[in-house]
Amino acid sequence: MLVLVISLLAFNVIAIQRFPKPEFESGYQVPATQVAKVQSVVLEYLDLALFLACMSVITWLIIKKRSRRAVFWMSVFSLLYFGFYRNGCICLVGSLQNVSMALFNPEYKIPVTAITFFVIPLGFTLFYGRTFCAGVCPLGAIQDLFALRPVSLKPWIRYLLGLIPFIYLGLAVLFAATGTDFIICRYDPFVGFFRHNATYLMFIIGGALLLTGIFIARPYCRFLCPYGVLLNLASRVSRRHLSIAPGTCINCRLCENACPYDAIDKPTGLGVKNDNRELVKKLIVYCLVTPALVVLCGWTVSKYHEDFAHVNFKVRLAQELMTLDRKSETVAIPAEVTTFQASGQQVENLYKETAAIVKRFYTGSWIMGGFIGLVFGLTLARLTLFRYQNEYLANKGNCLSCARCLPYCPVKGE
Amino acid sequence: MDKDKKIKRRDFINTGIRLGIGAGLGAIAIGLTSRSVSGKTIWQIDPSKCVQCDICSKACVLQTSAVKCVHVYDMCGYCDLCSGYLRSNAKDLNTAAENRLCPTGAIVRKYVEEPFFEYTIVEELCNGCAKCVKGCGSFGNGSLQLQIQQKLCVNCNQCAIARSCPAEAISRVDHQSPYLLKGFEG
Repeated sequence: MLVLVISLLAFNVIAIQRFPKPEFESGYQVPATQVAKVQSVVLEYLDLALFLACMSVITWLIIKKRSRRAVFWMSVFSLLYFGFYRNGCICLVGSLQNVSMALFNPEYKIPVTAITFFVIPLGFTLFYGRTFCAGVCPLGAIQDLFALRPVSLKPWIRYLLGLIPFIYLGLAVLFAATGTDFIICRYDPFVGFFRHNATYLMFIIGGALLLTGIFIARPYCRFLCPYGVLLNLASRVSRRHLSIAPGTCINCRLCENACPYDAIDKPTGLGVKNDNRELVKKLIVYCLVTPALVVLCGWTVSKYHEDFAHVNFKVRLAQELMTLDRKSETVAIPAEVTTFQASGQQVENLYKETAAIVKRFYTGSWIMGGFIGLVFGLTLARLTLFRYQNEYLANKGNCLSCARCLPYCPVKGE
Repeated sequence: MDKDKKIKRRDFINTGIRLGIGAGLGAIAIGLTSRSVSGKTIWQIDPSKCVQCDICSKACVLQTSAVKCVHVYDMCGYCDLCSGYLRSNAKDLNTAAENRLCPTGAIVRKYVEEPFFEYTIVEELCNGCAKCVKGCGSFGNGSLQLQIQQKLCVNCNQCAIARSCPAEAISRVDHQSPYLLKGFEG
């Protein structure tokens, strides 16, 4: 159906052939070479428009309509369209890699769609909270369906697991910025389900995450998703985030256990406030510890920069070429080495290029380590901060705006 | 009064940060748009770089690779002794399984007229292992070539085969010229 028969008349380059094309006497017609047509680029922009529409609708449903049911059906639609129909491959989560690769590699031509997909959810989040997570992201939607028996996690576990996305983000940016690999796409746990096609291991990982999600709701979103880190940070300063009570909270405690993601902050008692001096002391200590952590983590991670660099194809090739002389002749030479030798390129140039890449990895791993250290330090410091609150509020950073808590609130609109 | 003031200060700081992030996002978007490609790009193999190493059949994220052998009939010599179809040590020039090179039996050999035979690739069976491509390229005209079939390819953000290709033969090309067949102009 999609087969495009390319006209033979346009064929005008004839290479020198060892066996010339025969001149048939039986009237045999040489068939045309058949290749499948490419999907039209118009669809790409249609997807973009649909995505924008979905973002607007979901934001309206959450902020204005405040309807859990509507949010649910919206997320089902996103799962079916962006997930199963479009095979999960207009992936917003992955777009951050395209952006970081483009930022650090001027020669990389980033598709306009990748820029838009990166910017739009962040823009929405800055104003309305993580509405994208609630009902447009297909990765979130598939997990949301599995959040059947959510259990509440202890805060220290949440804080600890909540550090993983930062590390994942750091690694993803490091590998993308050095032009090495897109690890978020490579280890996307659910894309295999979307396209009904993946390795056994990926199905196992995806299935395990979904099953974990029955009890620990949305494990990927909360404890792995690197894009979620950015959305979390943007959401904290959002202007009109979803609020549980449409008016003033009456502290009825009905919503207390409504959130499967432990994203509802309870009213703090007044008692804690008495320890203010103690807390300030701790805060000062942590503020001093943070720079030390930055340096320590930066140094530690930079120790492993060569291991990171080995993921890079050129670095691996150079390594293999270097060890080639030392190997005994019985060991099979890898295909990339023979290919490189046959191509007649200069080994010195490759080594020079490799040295530059490794150097970038060194700088990058210092920055990444420093970033992780900073996150550790700030997480510790945040634990000591006390903010008085006398009502039930959605935690702006962690709240995925799924609107599950809204039906529990007895307060009617202002 | 005191509380109101505090909340206002927090709002002010939030607005400031929000505007800062917004401006940063805008700057990234505008900065990157200047060196972006507006059209669609897709992955394709350059047959002149391809070394027929068999990684295409294994590295694709799809269980059966999107890389298929494509037959450019115009370059074909219609040989009876086809080095892309028959094993180098084949006893007879016929379709017996022990003589055939293709591990999945994806090439159909059809008699045309003395002494010519037509070879057709059955795409559903082809796994992109490149054995026939290597055979045809080393002794024949090189009319069998590996290409990424665009109706199968899911157009990953980063092609898993490109990452492991020893010859770096796979790159993004414009969607308007989706195939890079040698000796063939569409």
